[in-house]
Amino acid sequence: MPPSAPAPSALLLATRVLARQRWRFAALLTLCMVGVYFGFIGLVAFRPTLLATPLGDGLTLGIVLGALVIVAAWLLTWRYVSWANRVYDPALLALRATQQAARDATATNNARETP
Amino acid sequence: MITTLPLLVLQTVGAAASPATGPAMHTAIGTPDRTAIAFFGVFIALTLGITYWAARRTNTAEHFYVAGSSVTAGQNGFALAGDYMSAASFLGIAGLVSTSGFDGLIYSTGWLVGWPVVLFLIAEPLRNLGRYTFADVVAARLDPVPVRIGAAYGTLATITFYLIAQMVGAGSLIRLLFGIPYETAVVIVGLAMMAYVLFGGMLATTWVQIVKAVLLLGGASLLAVLVLSRFQFDPRVLFAAAAAQYGTGVLNPGKLVANPYDALSLGLALMFGTAGLPHILMRFYTVPDARTARRSVFYATGLIGFFYLMTFILGFGAMVLVGPDAIKAVDAGGNMAAPMLAELLGGRPFLGFIAAVAFATILAVVAGLALSGAAAISHDLWASVVRQGNPRPGEELKVARLATIALALLAMVLGIAFKGQNVAFMVGLAFAIAASANFPALVLSVFWRRTSTAGATASMVLGTTSTLVLIALSPAVQIDLLHKTDAFFPLKNPALITIPLSFATGVLVSLLFPDRDADARYAALETRLLLGAD
Repeated sequence: MPPSAPAPSALLLATRVLARQRWRFAALLTLCMVGVYFGFIGLVAFRPTLLATPLGDGLTLGIVLGALVIVAAWLLTWRYVSWANRVYDPALLALRATQQAARDATATNNARETP
Repeated sequence: MITTLPLLVLQTVGAAASPATGPAMHTAIGTPDRTAIAFFGVFIALTLGITYWAARRTNTAEHFYVAGSSVTAGQNGFALAGDYMSAASFLGIAGLVSTSGFDGLIYSTGWLVGWPVVLFLIAEPLRNLGRYTFADVVAARLDPVPVRIGAAYGTLATITFYLIAQMVGAGSLIRLLFGIPYETAVVIVGLAMMAYVLFGGMLATTWVQIVKAVLLLGGASLLAVLVLSRFQFDPRVLFAAAAAQYGTGVLNPGKLVANPYDALSLGLALMFGTAGLPHILMRFYTVPDARTARRSVFYATGLIGFFYLMTFILGFGAMVLVGPDAIKAVDAGGNMAAPMLAELLGGRPFLGFIAAVAFATILAVVAGLALSGAAAISHDLWASVVRQGNPRPGEELKVARLATIALALLAMVLGIAFKGQNVAFMVGLAFAIAASANFPALVLSVFWRRTSTAGATASMVLGTTSTLVLIALSPAVQIDLLHKTDAFFPLKNPALITIPLSFATGVLVSLLFPDRDADARYAALETRLLLGAD
């Protein structure tokens, strides 16, 4: 272990916080997708008559909901990517910069200690 | 009936002796067509040209497997879409909608919803931890030998069943579209796929996928615009015309969903199978970093969703303009709905173009499959297990190329051996294996630090084996294939049982048999998993 152990450990803690944040958000969005899709499949399987409800000429609730599943998939991926671009990536870059700085410091220390 | 995937169509294609001309519409389908063969010739020439260009840049294992990780997000988005949208999606869903109406939408949505899951859970950690195969990620902090054997087992099982389905589909469809004999078609597909992968590696395979995705999206869009031009560019007018002609029932859930638990099981397989398909997962290593991987899934989800929305226009368009009876007269499974629609709207040249697009579609998918299968053999089994992680210089690439030849030959032999068989259960099986064998081990190893070597291996081995066994006992094999009166296992797709079983096995075995130095290994890897490679 390099002498500057406390610094990387603080970095690691910050990394874990960020990772947990990503994991929570990803899990939430996954649950949304699972809920939307299996909600739709559940209606198809158990409430087909409800989906037969006509919505004006040429449309039924089933067709609209089916198309909305695809739209929901788009919106959820867009939501995740925009969050990642806005929040996750800048935080990640900052952490990686800290990691690099800690490494450089360790390298300098080591170079100083070696005669 | 819901477990019969759109590719079910190919079952009946195989069974139908020779394509008969439909009574309602005169069609050139099934006769050797010069335009179709010319378009196909252009595609082959173009892709072989790409392969020649790529071959000069493919001289290391790194280039062979992942194109030197130099693919951009946009390129990989198209390539992912190309790898994923098979002829089953194009011809199968359009055919299903044209003959059954609403029920086809279940497949259109099911095949898309796996992508957000890939994005949220898999893409970034996979890119951070792995190099060539998904087993890299599972094996990263575990004992590589048992884990890679288990992963190769799951990968090769998935690939084999996927390959058989595509080859049998290729032979049947091409006989229908071009009038070429079944065996010849299978051999052509096998040889072209071998050439792409063997010489051009991942770079050629990626560009074949991109060309194919552009052709498929372009062809389908053009067809959809031509359909909508007959209906005031309003899908509602099209749907109303379908309801007026064939009853409002075509806009509602129908007979396809007989058993709700079958529907649920298939839904699970489709949703989580995508996140376990080896040839899809491998594509994330072709981009430079996790951020690019993320963006590429975003593009792919957009393209694939757009495509599946269009299949609905194509399906109802074929229903109204061509008619279900005429479609079924040419092919009982409905496979020829989109090509017949093309012939009706754009004449014989457009039919030729759409036929060539369908052939290109199959070709590209089998190339991606063969490459990921070859990587499982050369990288997971040879380099990591046989050579204990220290292959001789250049050896791994040689083994990968030999494995490609072996897989291409195997695909041709199996394609001919399974001629006329019901391939529906094979695609369902491929998705179910991917969802039960690969996906749980991948998720556990990434998100649960107590995952152990024994747990991950048991999850992959049991996930694969239980899926194979339950499919063998399912109605799809027992009743449809072996013509018995009843089946031991009620569900056509076992994912409802095997995915939870695989997760439970992974957790339980990990708790019972933990690795001794697990904490140290996890700590050594944690920063790379979370922050990305240096």
